[in-house]
Amino acid sequence: MVDLRRAAAIVGVHEHITRYAPDKSELQIQAESIQKALEDAGLEKKDVDGLFCASMSVRNSGLNLADYLNLYPKMVDNTTVGGGSFEFHLSHALNAIHAGRINCAVITYATQARSGGVSVGTGGISRQGHPRLDPSPDSFEELYGLTTVGLYAMIAQRHMHLYGTTSEQLAEVAVTMRRHASLNPEALFRDPITVEDVMRSPVVSTPLHRNDCCVITDGGGAVVVASPELARNCKQKPVWILGAGEAVAHQGAGKRDLMYIAAKQSHAPAFEMAGVTQKDIDMAMIYDSFTITVIETLEDLGFCEKGEGGQYVLNGRIGLGGDMPINTDGGGLSSNHPGMRGLFLLLEATRQLRGQFEGTERQVPDCKIALCHGTGGALGSRHSGGTVILAKD
Amino acid sequence: MTTWNKPLPTINGETKTFWDMARRGTLLIQKCDSCNEFQWYPRGICSNCWSSDIKWFPSTGRGTVWTYTVTNQNRTQGFDTGPYVLALVELEEGVRMFTNIVECDPKDVSIGMSVEVTFQQATPQISVPLFKPAS
Repeated sequence: MVDLRRAAAIVGVHEHITRYAPDKSELQIQAESIQKALEDAGLEKKDVDGLFCASMSVRNSGLNLADYLNLYPKMVDNTTVGGGSFEFHLSHALNAIHAGRINCAVITYATQARSGGVSVGTGGISRQGHPRLDPSPDSFEELYGLTTVGLYAMIAQRHMHLYGTTSEQLAEVAVTMRRHASLNPEALFRDPITVEDVMRSPVVSTPLHRNDCCVITDGGGAVVVASPELARNCKQKPVWILGAGEAVAHQGAGKRDLMYIAAKQSHAPAFEMAGVTQKDIDMAMIYDSFTITVIETLEDLGFCEKGEGGQYVLNGRIGLGGDMPINTDGGGLSSNHPGMRGLFLLLEATRQLRGQFEGTERQVPDCKIALCHGTGGALGSRHSGGTVILAKD
Repeated sequence: MTTWNKPLPTINGETKTFWDMARRGTLLIQKCDSCNEFQWYPRGICSNCWSSDIKWFPSTGRGTVWTYTVTNQNRTQGFDTGPYVLALVELEEGVRMFTNIVECDPKDVSIGMSVEVTFQQATPQISVPLFKPAS
């Protein structure tokens, strides 16, 4: 494979801090985020020649966004494979920049899932207003009352059955994310919680409690990705892309072992490309739609053996100050989850690698290499997994 | 016939035989004549070898619960009235399908439990395969 290490860098980021924005359109939140991310990089509208986006509500989202922004990019990519779409975008932008087709890509996302009252996890899998997709999922799934949370819950149930994972272990993930959120002034929920609080929250779909499930917010953000030449002239020190891997996982005609998730396939090429191992990772941004997502992802990324994820997350290991701090912004479980969260993994990893929180408890000390893994779709049926490895300049 | 207010499948060229036989109380899966692999859900090609040489195969309708969840919260019409058991059942032929476990207390469902198919008539054309504890 061509050596793509440091072939492109993240040079600008912006997180739209809103968690509730009924008066702004999705496109407006994206536009504001792109402006601020470009400002962060020291770049301008005229520099942008690649547009990467995904949407929960807009079909042909790249086309509509280019129209709104009055932009004529050389490359448009609205790959939409669920919440992890943005790790795919970064992977694609890396290729396109290395090939010399573009020099400066923006990756963006926004939604009004909260103000729009979208039942992301419990609305059933039927996509109201979307055309049917037969024979599956509509004819062989919808009629059984599948929900997003139900699909993850089934994986959690079997994980407990096979490996002895407990509700308390799942709760530990939620408790750690809340501790991190307490350090993030923008987080939706900041009051510390205990394992008992999680266990006492209502059961949405056994064995998952409400506090095992991510929050629903509005929000958005943008990432600016540049060629090495451009990156060296930006305001911020570049955060380099070292490696990327993409995968999908599905039912495999009813025979695939659903306990292994797409991270199992996507992490190997990312690590290989980056030339690093799990031991080199200083912090990780792990898509935390549900507590079980974190445990399964840590296992299948190779941070621990299959079945040991429940033990792995105990004793502060995944918290700030632990061996493998994850989701230092509070994650989807406590900070924000605007329908899709993959973009925010890139934002926080970049902030950490820049040392933006230096001198505060939120900073991972001496943070040189970070991993982001986005999961999109549902573990129990079909989902995507995008792994990217980033490095400090 | 109980009133069916849940989502309904679409009957199309790929699935007409399946629903015709479900109405008569037979659960069909598919088997490929080229590579002999079973597959679920029904589709127009063999997903293993991409041959079109697929045949309908009557399942025994027996299997075990591979995993399940008791769902308390779903805004979809027909599922919004209380807990129900969503499950993946592994059929004796080795393929797993989504279904609901019925005719038992949700608290009594467990992984590995033996189940058998039962059909609930939703419309005159459509009977939905569900599973109940094996007799």
